[in-house]
Amino acid sequence: MKIITGNDLRTGDVIWWTGQGWSRLVDDAVEVGDDADAIIARENARQIVTDTQVIDAERSAEGVRPAHIKDRIRALGPTVRMDLSLKPADPEAAKWVI
Amino acid sequence: MVEQTLRYRDDAAVTDPAVSLSAFAEQSNAVAVRIEPGEDARALLPQLDRIALVEVNFPAYTDGRGYSAARILREHGYAGELRAVGDVLVDQLSHMRRCGFDSFAPNQPINADAAARAFATWPEVYQKTVDGRPAIWAKRHAL
Amino acid sequence: MYQYDSYDQAMVDARVAEFRDQVERRLAGEITEDQFKPLRLKNGLYLQLHAYMLRVAIPYGTLNSRQMRMLGDIADKYDRGYGHFTTRQNIQYNWIKLADAPDILADLASVEMHAIQTSGNCIRNTTSDQFAGAAADELVDPRPYAELLRQWSTFHPEFDYLPRKFKIAIIGSDTDRAAMKLHDIGIQLVRNDAGEIGCRFYVGGGMGRTPMIAPVIGDFVPPLQMISYLEACLRVYNRYGRRDNKYKARIKILVHEIGADEYRRQVQEEFAHILTLGLEPPPAELERIKGFFEQPGFETGLPDDIDLSDPDFALWVDQNTHAHKQPGYAIVTISLKPVGGIPGDASADQIRLMADLALDHSFDELRVTHAQNIVLPHVKKADLYAIWQKLDAAGLANANLDLIGDIIACPGLDYCALANARSIPVAQKISQRFADIGRQRELGELKLKISGCINACGHHHAGHIGILGVDRKGVENYQLLLGGSEGADTSLGTITGPGFNEDGIVDAVETATNVYLAQRTDGERFVDTFRRIGMAPFKEAIYG
Repeated sequence: MKIITGNDLRTGDVIWWTGQGWSRLVDDAVEVGDDADAIIARENARQIVTDTQVIDAERSAEGVRPAHIKDRIRALGPTVRMDLSLKPADPEAAKWVI
Repeated sequence: MVEQTLRYRDDAAVTDPAVSLSAFAEQSNAVAVRIEPGEDARALLPQLDRIALVEVNFPAYTDGRGYSAARILREHGYAGELRAVGDVLVDQLSHMRRCGFDSFAPNQPINADAAARAFATWPEVYQKTVDGRPAIWAKRHAL
Repeated sequence: MYQYDSYDQAMVDARVAEFRDQVERRLAGEITEDQFKPLRLKNGLYLQLHAYMLRVAIPYGTLNSRQMRMLGDIADKYDRGYGHFTTRQNIQYNWIKLADAPDILADLASVEMHAIQTSGNCIRNTTSDQFAGAAADELVDPRPYAELLRQWSTFHPEFDYLPRKFKIAIIGSDTDRAAMKLHDIGIQLVRNDAGEIGCRFYVGGGMGRTPMIAPVIGDFVPPLQMISYLEACLRVYNRYGRRDNKYKARIKILVHEIGADEYRRQVQEEFAHILTLGLEPPPAELERIKGFFEQPGFETGLPDDIDLSDPDFALWVDQNTHAHKQPGYAIVTISLKPVGGIPGDASADQIRLMADLALDHSFDELRVTHAQNIVLPHVKKADLYAIWQKLDAAGLANANLDLIGDIIACPGLDYCALANARSIPVAQKISQRFADIGRQRELGELKLKISGCINACGHHHAGHIGILGVDRKGVENYQLLLGGSEGADTSLGTITGPGFNEDGIVDAVETATNVYLAQRTDGERFVDTFRRIGMAPFKEAIYG
């Protein structure tokens, strides 16, 4: 499926389009299908998000998993500093990236 | 298209349209010429005396060739109007002025007060160039 | 080291004000990202994978304890408690908020630092020899010239929109510790037969997609014409460098395509014209700057021998200290490459410790090396043991300088939006595989460099062993190169063959070192053996 991601303009945080707004959690991302360009154009104009992109991802029972490793690293954090990631307490978290 | 022009000269503006470099070579009475980024400003050196306006085009502000063109013309004594046209933002004005531009015709109008603030960005300058401002090294050694 | 006068301070303060205004306009939506991006890049602010990244300039790699301490404080106040020292002697912070950036620049300006021109298509930080002013083999201290260069290149109005980035390195000895020939312009200060000092200009080097070693363009330029010659070199590039293709836009492509002779001819022409314009700062300015780089007040009559009865300390002295031109002193290199660690990273506490050591033991001076380590340039031999103990307690005493554990690695896909593969985990695994210091010393000088993409920020082309991370159908893959070198004997590495996965590349590196051990003759380093026996034995062993 296609989902939209970007970075928060002010903070640089990685964010995902939820259908209503933006979330830091990739599991909140929704499928955007053919509406992607329109959503991106509208959201860019609000000047709260930057570097907006459509990317491929899969949804499963576990949540949303971006297709490309780069986006999975964006979703979670640097694999070499998992203490700085969104799941610092989870020792298995890095495996999800790879 | 109506272009807003910011002009910092005391003399009267040239009303002739600027012709292309190749056209200029053929028109012995042309006084205004426009050069594109890939064209050699030195081609104008033999004619500097009869030129009253040189427009330097910036199709994209990231293409910095026009800065060299301007500075070369001033270094060789060109004293007429030197105008930056095209994709010119307020953030480029100060450096353009230092390279010898004295008028600006940006695609997007620039507020005159914003332009004045832009020119005042740098209280001092590190390099000697064609704008007559003394470089910091000149001030340090009272040159 | 150089100290700002009111003019220098006014420049960085003006830049802070300009950038603060630009950020406000961006956050208010008055300018678009397309308009803003080149402006923020000129202040070293990137948007990377996790947040904004700020690259702070450390001019020619030199700083004092007050500045170093500020870098540590910035890590705590605005980032997540650490910084990353880079292959261009700068420092990067990975978790910056755009809204904070102007305040960070203001804090930097308060200690005579900045992030000016550390990104964008302009002249970047001029780098130099980390042993400048201290090394026994130095002809001329390059740093006053580097400072002259810094000022000349800062906010240069003609060269702010070049075809591409522009990197200059300057050295003052025959030993090239700055990879000078792999820069857009490399300047070596040399002495001619008449005993005069001059600048030898190498133009058109670089790494990345098409690595090239710079040819000599200006054989002997008098130092008091250095700025004019630079203007000529840059103007020819600004006018004729390619702008049609981002991957062909560096000056190395121009020099290669028109030929070194033609480029030299055009530079000569422009140089002759520029000499008539009086652009050169007066001799008094160079003398003024040199005044900041005079020898510190070294003590004389100091003991030259060191008590080496502690074996770990002895190893560290042997590997991580270098001969100083002043008897009784030594040059110390602090390793930022702990076993299994992230090359070049330092915590805020470590940064502040190094600042304190510099203040107490190195005439208040530190250097950053392009191999991502830190140097204390002027240390009394008598102080070495106490310093080592403090470094050891802080995890900064790994005795691996120039050994296989002294890995250069770019941030890679863990941090960088340009990367194709992660580089740091590979560095960590190799570091762990070769953790035993005895084994590292057995292998001897072995410069291993890892890049996570073809942009080569890890300088993999110049590694005795180089590793390049690529994306192979969405999976990380690693190519092995052998035989590169960055010194006076600059050479570019040769790829061995098909790539490997993460475990495979570590094994391949180990295999290559085993070939070396089996084949080397007396005194040969890894790269010497490779040059003598060629690729075939390595390829045979690695691929079978």
